[in-house]
Amino acid sequence: MGLLGKGLFAGMAVTARNFIGSYFDGGRKERLFTYQYPEEKMPLPENSRTFPFLVCDDEQDPVGTMRCVACKICETECPPQCIYIVMDRDEKGKPQQRPKVFDIDISVCMQCQICVEVCPFDAIKMDCDYEKSQHGRFDELVEHLPDLLKSNAYYNRIKPTEASAVDARLKAAQEKKAKKAVPAAKAEGPAPAAS
Amino acid sequence: MEAIEKIKEQVVAAVPGAQIEIIPSTPAAQQPALLVDREHCFAVAKFLKEDPRFQMDCCSCVTGVDYLASGFIEVVYHLYSMALKQGPVILKVRAPRELGQCSVPSLTPLWRGGEFQEREAYDLYGVKFEGHPDLRRILMWDEFTDHPMRKDYTPPLDYEWEPTAHDETLARARAQEGIVPPSALVEADKAKKK
Amino acid sequence: MIQPLTEEQRFQLVPGPEGLIETQQLAVSIGPQHPSTHGVFRMDCVLDGEVVVKLRPVMGYLHRNHEQLAEKMAWLGSMPYTDRLDYLNSMANNWAYALAVEKLAGIKVPERAEYIRVIMAELTRLLNHASVIGFMLQDLGAWGTPLLYAFREREKILDLFECVSGSRMMCNYFRFGGLRVDMDEKALGMARDVVAKFPKFLDEFEQLLTENEVVLARCQKVGILPKELAINGSITGPMARASGVEYDVRKVDKYGVYGRFDFRVPVGAVGDVYDRYMIRVLEMREAIKILQQALRDIPAGPHVAPEVKVRNFKVPEGDGYARTESPKGELGFYLVSDKTGKQPYRYHVRPPSFINLTTLEDMCLGHKVADVVIILGSVDIVLGEVDR
Repeated sequence: MGLLGKGLFAGMAVTARNFIGSYFDGGRKERLFTYQYPEEKMPLPENSRTFPFLVCDDEQDPVGTMRCVACKICETECPPQCIYIVMDRDEKGKPQQRPKVFDIDISVCMQCQICVEVCPFDAIKMDCDYEKSQHGRFDELVEHLPDLLKSNAYYNRIKPTEASAVDARLKAAQEKKAKKAVPAAKAEGPAPAAS
Repeated sequence: MEAIEKIKEQVVAAVPGAQIEIIPSTPAAQQPALLVDREHCFAVAKFLKEDPRFQMDCCSCVTGVDYLASGFIEVVYHLYSMALKQGPVILKVRAPRELGQCSVPSLTPLWRGGEFQEREAYDLYGVKFEGHPDLRRILMWDEFTDHPMRKDYTPPLDYEWEPTAHDETLARARAQEGIVPPSALVEADKAKKK
Repeated sequence: MIQPLTEEQRFQLVPGPEGLIETQQLAVSIGPQHPSTHGVFRMDCVLDGEVVVKLRPVMGYLHRNHEQLAEKMAWLGSMPYTDRLDYLNSMANNWAYALAVEKLAGIKVPERAEYIRVIMAELTRLLNHASVIGFMLQDLGAWGTPLLYAFREREKILDLFECVSGSRMMCNYFRFGGLRVDMDEKALGMARDVVAKFPKFLDEFEQLLTENEVVLARCQKVGILPKELAINGSITGPMARASGVEYDVRKVDKYGVYGRFDFRVPVGAVGDVYDRYMIRVLEMREAIKILQQALRDIPAGPHVAPEVKVRNFKVPEGDGYARTESPKGELGFYLVSDKTGKQPYRYHVRPPSFINLTTLEDMCLGHKVADVVIILGSVDIVLGEVDR
């Protein structure tokens, strides 16, 4: 150790440099990293995730065009068990391929994205809306089917890259299915006659 | 590190009377373990620690496993040598599940690193480590009476309010008087209308 | 230098000093709600004046039986829970768990995924060590300044994590056999930018602290942990290396692709608080070296092994233990799979910061209460991991 207090002054120089530097344009960007929320909001990266939502194809008819078929895979795979699904039934009690009840308890949800990964129908996706504060702790924090349904256009708006990839995949699958359906119909034709 | 058969030979030669069995791991993991009887466990561990060929100076991981179907609790020690940079040698000791008899010799006198981990195994599995200097509960509170990691442990019926309960949780919620989650209410309403 | 106590000494009440004035020992409980204990951790101390004569760590206030939760759900289901063990370094925890499952199931990870894993783990090491030094200085009484400088750098790394994995702290990014999503060029550019700027910050940080007389006076010769005790007490990570134990799981096990990188393992000589600070600074410099090499050599290719299923993932029957060098020490996972293979039969975490507390008493004896606080700060604990 040389002069006593040398290290202290060297440290002081660092704080002074940071303090004064924050007043100049060059240093400001490097040194001031906070945002004045809520006036100023941080731009979110595209991958950013908060809570899940359900995708529907048409904004005008969300319940009719939702992709969810109530297969309950996400309900079983969800690690904290925050999803609750009841499948819809018609008057005769025949199961319909859509949920009657779809609840997500966002006070339990831990935003892990596993429901999105396991969904075979691309029906559930991650939102990036983080302003979900409510005045109560219980019912207010349960999202029901109408709150959860959001359009594909919204999905495209918040996550353009991911959504366009999903759209392309769904379109390709549909075309493949349509192609398959044509020869299958032809093949099915003579089959009963043969038996 | 030598093959597990050779380690077994050396241990048997050094600790007469020790009954040692080799337990295989998964085909991919390739971590076979030595199952040692309770009486000779301490001597085997001491040998592995002090023998210049092994020098297992670090007891890295201690844990219990409850094999409910087979009726025993297994304590697993993962030993590494920091001096020779080799390992692991895995020691397993088995004890019956019954609380009075569930005890194994403590290896804390050999390795301080086992102190908290053995306390944890005692806390969660109820394994009594004979010779541990300070065997108290570590994670659960002192007044707690059960050992929660045992496979036959049933949690108390203090249902926590959960709006989206289903399956097991829903059944438990219903079993408890006065607390019914709203999702269950929706179903009940539907049943009434029908 | 403080001699490690024998078993008899350690668990007996030390009698007070005898003198003209009758004195009494004082039992003080530091914590669980105390800012210097880094969470809900308690130290039951017996003081003689201001000197600690006995100290017992008490933990469990944050215990949520993580292991039992994991034994009740599918293999992948516990991945997001590992984020919450050591919540400062979720990526490192993810890696340890993924490594253990891959070891049991014999999954081979693609090259590109291995490199991205190294990049993520080393970035985690940077942010952990920087903030830990900040917290330690906070405990010393340097309110705000070093911690906020460290957090400024951490912020940049967290932005990168959010860009790649979608979340800042609870990343849940690793998957068995690879990663959830690939790291694109933009994110790699961000990582290069962070790595290029970090040495400058580190120089500034060192100028602020390393030769500061107050830091030297408070940290040197305080909380010495002898080498033999460190090995015997299973102390791992920067704490063991500060005591002169030359042992790094990255070097010894060479898991992932660590065998390909050129880096050194810094080792301390004294084993006091200052050595632990210095080791962390040096480790950050080595981490930058690894990052530079990884970012230079990263190959193209798939980011996840295609044969691994997300649903109905099964592991063959048996057990296995895998360990990694997490920023806090050796993080290991011991897993047992049963016949069904759908979920872990036994899932055990070997938490480094929990086991590093074993020798806390030996380090603190004979020191003043104010020193206990910085000794605990230098151990670098996160209560999410200690209590699980």
